[in-house]
Amino acid sequence: MLRSTDEIIADLKAGKCHSFTGGVHPPDEKSLSNTTNIQTLPLPDKIILPLRQHIGTEGSICVAEGEHVKKGQALTKSSHPYAVPIHASTSGIVREITRHVVAHPSGLSEDCIIIEPDGLDEWVKLTPIPHFQTLPQQTVVEAICDAGVAGMGGAGFPTHIKTGNNKTIEFLIINGAECEPYITSDDRLMQEHAWQIRQGIDVLHHLISPTAVVIAIEDNKPDAIKALKIACQDKPEYLVVAVETKYPAGGEKQLIQMLTQREVPRHGLPADVGVLMFNVGTCFAVAGAIYEGKPLVERVVTVTGRAVEQPGNYWARLGTPVSHLLNHATYQVKKQSAPQIVMGGPMMGFTLSSMAVPIVKISNCLLAPAKGEASLNEHERACIRCGACADVCPASLLPQQIFWHAKAKELDKAQAYDLFDCIECGACAYVCPSEIPLVHYYRQAKAEIRLEKEEKSRAEKAKERFEARNARLIREKQEREERHQKAKAAREAAIANKSKAATVDSNDAKDKVAAALARAKAKKAAQQPESDVPAALDTQADKKAQVAAAIARAKAKKEAAQANDTNEILPEDERKAKVAAAVARAKAKKEAAQTNDTNEITTEDERKAKVAAAVARAKAKKEAAQANDTNEISAEDERKAKVAAAVARAKAKKEAAQANDTNEISAEDEGKAKVAAAVARAKAKKQQAAESSSSDGPADANNLISKNVDFSSAEEQSHHDDEKRKRIAAAVAKAKAKQAAKKDNNETE
Amino acid sequence: MKLTLSSSPHQRVRRDTSQVMRLVILAMIPGIMAQVIIFGFGVLIQATIAVITAVITEAAILQIRGRSAKFALNDFSAVLTALLLAVSIPPLLPWWMTILGTFFAIAVVKQLYGGLGFNLFNPAMAGYVMLLISFPAAMTLWLPPQSLASIQPDFVNVLTIIMTGFTESGHSMDQLRMAADGITMATPLDSVKTALSQNYTYPEALDEAIFTNNLNASAGAGWAWVSLAYLVGGLFLVKINVINWHIPTAMLAAAALLSAVFYIADSDSFASPIFHLLNGSLLFGAFFIATDPVTASTTDKGRLVFGAFIGMWVIVIRTFGGYPDAVAFAVIVMNMAVPLIDYYTRPRTYGHTAKRARKP
Repeated sequence: MLRSTDEIIADLKAGKCHSFTGGVHPPDEKSLSNTTNIQTLPLPDKIILPLRQHIGTEGSICVAEGEHVKKGQALTKSSHPYAVPIHASTSGIVREITRHVVAHPSGLSEDCIIIEPDGLDEWVKLTPIPHFQTLPQQTVVEAICDAGVAGMGGAGFPTHIKTGNNKTIEFLIINGAECEPYITSDDRLMQEHAWQIRQGIDVLHHLISPTAVVIAIEDNKPDAIKALKIACQDKPEYLVVAVETKYPAGGEKQLIQMLTQREVPRHGLPADVGVLMFNVGTCFAVAGAIYEGKPLVERVVTVTGRAVEQPGNYWARLGTPVSHLLNHATYQVKKQSAPQIVMGGPMMGFTLSSMAVPIVKISNCLLAPAKGEASLNEHERACIRCGACADVCPASLLPQQIFWHAKAKELDKAQAYDLFDCIECGACAYVCPSEIPLVHYYRQAKAEIRLEKEEKSRAEKAKERFEARNARLIREKQEREERHQKAKAAREAAIANKSKAATVDSNDAKDKVAAALARAKAKKAAQQPESDVPAALDTQADKKAQVAAAIARAKAKKEAAQANDTNEILPEDERKAKVAAAVARAKAKKEAAQTNDTNEITTEDERKAKVAAAVARAKAKKEAAQANDTNEISAEDERKAKVAAAVARAKAKKEAAQANDTNEISAEDEGKAKVAAAVARAKAKKQQAAESSSSDGPADANNLISKNVDFSSAEEQSHHDDEKRKRIAAAVAKAKAKQAAKKDNNETE
Repeated sequence: MKLTLSSSPHQRVRRDTSQVMRLVILAMIPGIMAQVIIFGFGVLIQATIAVITAVITEAAILQIRGRSAKFALNDFSAVLTALLLAVSIPPLLPWWMTILGTFFAIAVVKQLYGGLGFNLFNPAMAGYVMLLISFPAAMTLWLPPQSLASIQPDFVNVLTIIMTGFTESGHSMDQLRMAADGITMATPLDSVKTALSQNYTYPEALDEAIFTNNLNASAGAGWAWVSLAYLVGGLFLVKINVINWHIPTAMLAAAALLSAVFYIADSDSFASPIFHLLNGSLLFGAFFIATDPVTASTTDKGRLVFGAFIGMWVIVIRTFGGYPDAVAFAVIVMNMAVPLIDYYTRPRTYGHTAKRARKP
C-alpha cells in the first residue's frame, strides 16, 4: 500500500528519512577532491565527439569534414525522439568524421566527429528563453532537446523524454546523493552553482507540475545541503533532504525507496509510483539551455585517486581526451601497481582501455588509484556461502545463488533468482570475502541470456517461415489434385456419353481399348529387334527382353484373334501371316528344346539332347520350307528364320554339351526323350495358337525364345481348339503387330 | 601505454575469507583457555594433533586434486575445522582417534565434496559424530573439573595418557576420572540423564557433587564457565559482523523455549532451561558450529529457521534420546535441510509484489 503524498511530505519536512535494504559503507574518499573549486582547463589539441553519448540513438550528422564550426553549433540533428544532438564544444575545424575509441567497458570504437580547435573558443549565436513560463510547454521541451541535455548522473537518458511524461507526478526528486566514493563533481557543482541548479529545477517544475520537489543529498555533503537550502529558501515546496550516507543511496530505485518508501514495480518506471528523478547536473544543464540558450558542451569531471597529484574537479569540454585531464591533474603512473584508469566511481565505474577516450555527457569521474588503493580481481576463492552479499544487496536478491547458477551456466535458474533485477551496484562483490567478481558473472550471464533470446526469436521466425511455406505447398498440391479430379470426372462422363450414343456395349469398348493398348505395346517393342537381332541374341538380357516380347506378342495375337472374331480385323496379307507363323513356330521349337533340359529332370543323356536338337532342326527346316513356299517372302524374313533355327540349334547343342558335362547324369530311356520331344512339339503348336499367361512386355516379332511356358499346361492345352483356326488368327495378329511396328518405326524415323 | 582492465567494483572490503577464519579462531581463545584451566592441558594437545593432521590431510588431498595447496591452506579453514573438533572431544582421547576424526572431517566430509564451500555437512561435527558412533566409550570419558578431581595430571602426564593410555605414574583413565571422594565423575548432562532415568527427580539429580555451589546449582562445576567463555567469543564475532545474530539467537531461544515448556509442565522430570543452556555444548555450538557459513542457511529467514530447529533438536535428543548431548547430531540433521530451507525462505526481491510462482 502506497503511503499518501501528504504523509510522505510531512515526514520529509520533519527530516525523517527511511532506509533501503542492504547497502554498504565504503570509505568515501571524497575529501581528496572536494576541497578545491572547479577549475577550468586549457583547450586540448583535439576534441573527439562521439555521436552517441547517451541511451538512445544517434542523430544524423549535419556538418562536413573541413567545415568550420563554432562553439555550441549543433553537429547532429535529432531525427528520432530518443536522439539528442551533440554540439561543438569549442570553435574549430571538423577534421575527420571517423571511428574512434569511446568510453565503453569493452573499449569499443564508435563514430566520432573530431574537431581541431582554432583557439578562439567562439560561441555560436545563442537564443535564451528566460521567459519560458509564457511559452508553450512543447517549445521548452524542444529547447531542452535541442540543447542536447541527457541525464548526467550516469545512464544518460534523454531529458526531454522524461519531461514529456503524461503520468501524474507527485514527487520530482532531484538526485544529489552522489553515493559513489571518490566522486565530488555534483558536490562541487551544488556548492558553487546552487542557484543555477535551482533555476533548472524551476524549469522542470514548470514542465512537470509535481506536488513536491525533493532535493536529496547524502548527509556527508553538508556544504552542498546548505547551499541548496539557501538557493531554495523562497520555495516552500522545494524540500532539501539529507539522506543517509549509504551506497547505493543514489540509485534511482533506492533513493525513491528512502524518500517515499515506494518501490518501482518490477517492469515499471518511477513514474508508475508518481516519481520522476533528475540529477543535479541535469538541472544545471537545463538551466543553461533555457536561461542562457547554451547547449550542453561541458561538464564537471572529478579527477581523483592517489595516483594523481592534484585531485580535484575540472570543467571539461565534451570530447576532451582523458589524457588531457589526467595530465593537468598530474597523473603519476609509477604510483600505480599497474597503469589503470577507472571512468566513473570505484563501485560501478569501468576501466578504460585507452587514454584517448573522450569525456562524454555521462563521464563524471576519472579515478587513478595508487598501489593498494584499488583491488585487482586476482584472488578469487570458492564461495563459502557466508551470505554477506545477500545482506548488502539493495534489491534483496540472493547473490550467492545467482552466482552459483551463473557460474554453472544454469541460466534459467539464475533468472529464477531474479538475475535481471540486479542493478549491478557492486555491493555484493565489495563485501565478498572470497573476492569473487560477482557483478562480472552477472553481466556475463545477462549477456548470454540476451544472446540466447535473440537466437531463439530468430529461430522461431525461421520456423514460422518454414511452416508457412509448407502449408502453402500442401494447399497448392491439394488444389491441383482437386482440379485433376474434376477434369477426370468430366472426361469419364464424356466417354460414357459417347459409348452410349454409339449404342455399343461398354464391354466391347473396353476390349477395343485393351486391344489397342496391346497393339501399341507390340509396336513400340518391335522398333528395336528389326535392326538388333544378331547382337541381341547373344546376351542374356536381350533374351529375357525377347521372352517378354514373345509373351506380349502372344497376347496381342490372342486379342487379335478375338478381334477377328468380332469382325473388326482388317484383311491381311497371307504371306505376312505365314512368315509370322513361321517365326512363332521357330520360337516354339526353341522352347521345346529348352523345356527338355530346364524341366528339372535331374539328368539328361546325350541322346535325348540330340533328339531334341534334331527335332528342333527338323521343325526349323519345315518352317523354312513353309516360308519358302510363299511367293513373296522377303529376304529378311527368310534370313531371320534361318538365324532363328541356327540359334535354336546352337542352343540345343550347347545345352546338350552342358548336360553331358554334369556329373549327376543318370540313365534315361530313349522313349522318355521321345515323349518329351513330342510333348514339346505339341506345345509348340499350342504356342502358335498363342496361349500365354504372362501379361505385358515389349513385343518382338523376331523373338525365338521363351522360357515361361509350363510343360504340363502346354500338354493340357494342346487338346483344345481347332489348331488351324488358331494359327490363322495368330498369324493375323502377328502380321498386324508387325505392320504396326513398321508404321511406328517410320513415324519415329 | 597499456592500461589494465578489471571488473567493477574496484574497491573491496579488506576482510577476506582467511581473515574471517582467523577471527573465528581468535574468538575461540577465551573458551579454550577456560577448558585448559578447568580440564587441564589435554585440549591443547588435542588441538595440536588435530591441526597438524588437518593441514597435512588438506595439503595431500589438494595435491592429489591438482590444486594449489598453499593457496587453499592460506584460508585457515582446515585449521579452524581442526580446532572446532579438538575442543569438542574429551581432552584425554587417545591420539589416534583424534587423527582419525580429523582425517575423516577434512578428507571425506570436506575435500571429497569439493573442498571449501562445497561440503554439505559441517566437517568438525561430522568428524565428531563419526568418532562418537565408532568409539562411544572413549568419546564420553570426560575428566572431572580439576578442582574436584582426585588426581590432577600435569602436562607431561596428560601427554603420556593421550599417547599411551596411562600416566607416567601408571594411573589409568578410570583412575583419573575419580572425584576426590573416589566416585567416578560423570559430566553434568550425563549425571542428570542417569539420575532421571533412575527415577530420581530433577532437583535430586542436581544434588550431585558436580553441581553444588555452582550458579544456582543448575550448572555443572567448570562446565558453565567454559560455555560462558565461548559465549563471550561468540558475541565478539557477532559484534564484528563475522557471524550473523540470526542463527545463535534462534537456536538458543528455541532450546530455551522448548525446555521451558517441558520444565513448566513437569519440573521434576525435566531439566530447566538454564541447565540446558549452561551445560554441554549448546552455547559453543550456537556461536561456533551452527554458524559455519558453508553448511548453514544463507537467507535471514532461513537462518532463523535453521537455528530454531537445531535448538529444538538438541533439547529433544537430550531429553528423550540416547545421548546426553546432541548439538552435533542436530547440526548434521539440519545441514541436510538447508537447501530446502533456502528454497522456501527467499526474500522478496525489490519491486516484486506478490509471491512469485517459484520455478526451480
